[in-house]
Amino acid sequence: MRARKERIYPNHACCVRWERGATRDRSDHFYLNMPRVGYLHTDCLIPMVGSNPYATSTDNSTELCTAAEVYSLPDLKLAVLQIRTPIIQTKQKQFRKLIISWIKSSGFTRSILLSSSHAYQRDDQQIHSSPLRYLLTPAMQRIACDVLKELEWKEMERVSMFPGISDTEQRLYIPGGGITKGLYTDCCHEDVPLAVVLTFCSEGDNIPDAFALINHLNDWLHLVASDKNESTKWRAPCSWRLLFGSGIPPALF
Amino acid sequence: MATFFGEVLSVYSRAVEEDEDLEDENEEDQQIRKEMQQKREVHVEWCSEVTQSMENSTDKKLQCSDFVIAVGPNAAGFLSAYVLNSGNWAAVGSVSLWNERTRSSRPQFGVPPEGEPSCVIYRQSDCPSVLICQCTCYVAEDQLFQWTEKVFACIQQRGLNVLVLSDCSVAEYKTPDSLFNSGAPFLRALKSSRYGSQPLCPLLEQPNIVTGLAAAVLSHCQILRIPAILYQCYSDMVSPDSVTMEMYKPALTCLSKLVKLDSCPSTEILRKLVRVNEAQSNLYT
Repeated sequence: MRARKERIYPNHACCVRWERGATRDRSDHFYLNMPRVGYLHTDCLIPMVGSNPYATSTDNSTELCTAAEVYSLPDLKLAVLQIRTPIIQTKQKQFRKLIISWIKSSGFTRSILLSSSHAYQRDDQQIHSSPLRYLLTPAMQRIACDVLKELEWKEMERVSMFPGISDTEQRLYIPGGGITKGLYTDCCHEDVPLAVVLTFCSEGDNIPDAFALINHLNDWLHLVASDKNESTKWRAPCSWRLLFGSGIPPALF
Repeated sequence: MATFFGEVLSVYSRAVEEDEDLEDENEEDQQIRKEMQQKREVHVEWCSEVTQSMENSTDKKLQCSDFVIAVGPNAAGFLSAYVLNSGNWAAVGSVSLWNERTRSSRPQFGVPPEGEPSCVIYRQSDCPSVLICQCTCYVAEDQLFQWTEKVFACIQQRGLNVLVLSDCSVAEYKTPDSLFNSGAPFLRALKSSRYGSQPLCPLLEQPNIVTGLAAAVLSHCQILRIPAILYQCYSDMVSPDSVTMEMYKPALTCLSKLVKLDSCPSTEILRKLVRVNEAQSNLYT
């Protein structure tokens, strides 16, 4: 890991994550013109490179973006880790350890993991309510529990271990959430203040889901003024274009 | 699930749980996983002459000014036909690895027979500062990082420039216009921040990305601040072909003082490079 830590303001770590296949990296693409301050260079992630998705001028459009990068905005006391590629299956545990040691060594006061879970796995109760959920580690509960209760956020429900047979044994179940459950459990054991903010979503175009998730997060963190016009509040990066592939050959018509 | 009488029952499969963790594995599972990881390790081997020169150098590394890496049959074929064929290039090293796509059941070391997927490093005796690596074998996702770390660990980073040539199907290229008019084959570039010159073709446009060995090498160079450029050729041909290979020609102009480019390779060599595919398409031949 080669994040230049001295430039990361140690207050919030926003480990931004959007999991799985077509429910692609979306929410983490919202950006606040944050300068890149470091990289996460690890064998746990599948390598990827591309042009800068957050280019604002011709100067920075030629920059290279890699699998996982750290952005920071000292004014907001915010650092964002954006993970763009899947984690290698056999290295998930190692990756979680790496993230936790980075959170600890950077001295972030609170960390937030943005994630998602398969919408089709919701139970009857979950289908009828908002798709947004949260989870707090015991260390985070001491900091944020009251605020989230005031905001009337919904905590992620535990589901029965043996549905239809017995409801006595309950467990946390985040299908399609990748390392979300593991990282949350590890942070509970290690007393790391972590909040998981997630949404249920389906395969396909997740842009509306991403907007919903980031607006929800903004209600809590106030990253941008809430009264701003919805369409101008967030800027979508160029990597969101052509979600369903290239243009159609004109000869078809 | 619908039964014979048509009523719908909810079914929970306990056979596989998605995103199941590897926490609960027993000792035997761990042992198997460990052996599997050992089998999938990447090995870099050098000839005795290179090993000797590395031993003699102060930092135990190979001195190199330019490292050219060709990934895929077209890029590797281009180097075979236009560069390695002329001048006295000799194989000085190889990268051996085993994964699910390797034909043999055990890892094979050393340079494999001609025509087999391989990863071989070449050097010229009169100009040893240029290294050329041809990689036609499949490097699995979990081996990419290791490949780059191990290969670059042998090479002196100071004064190093990296050039990556890579193949890709035009089907993977996204453009607002139709691919029908894309004019394939064509080149696109990506460069590390330390690369100072102007790329010879347009940079790869968003939302396109590069993965695989080319991405692993470029990421490594970006993070270690090594000047590097990648030229990716998008081709509309399924098999290697001479038109696609020729597309890489301008990419080597920056090395024209060190590497002699054979401007017109013999048809015999080109035929040899595409022959592998002819044997498969025998429906009408």
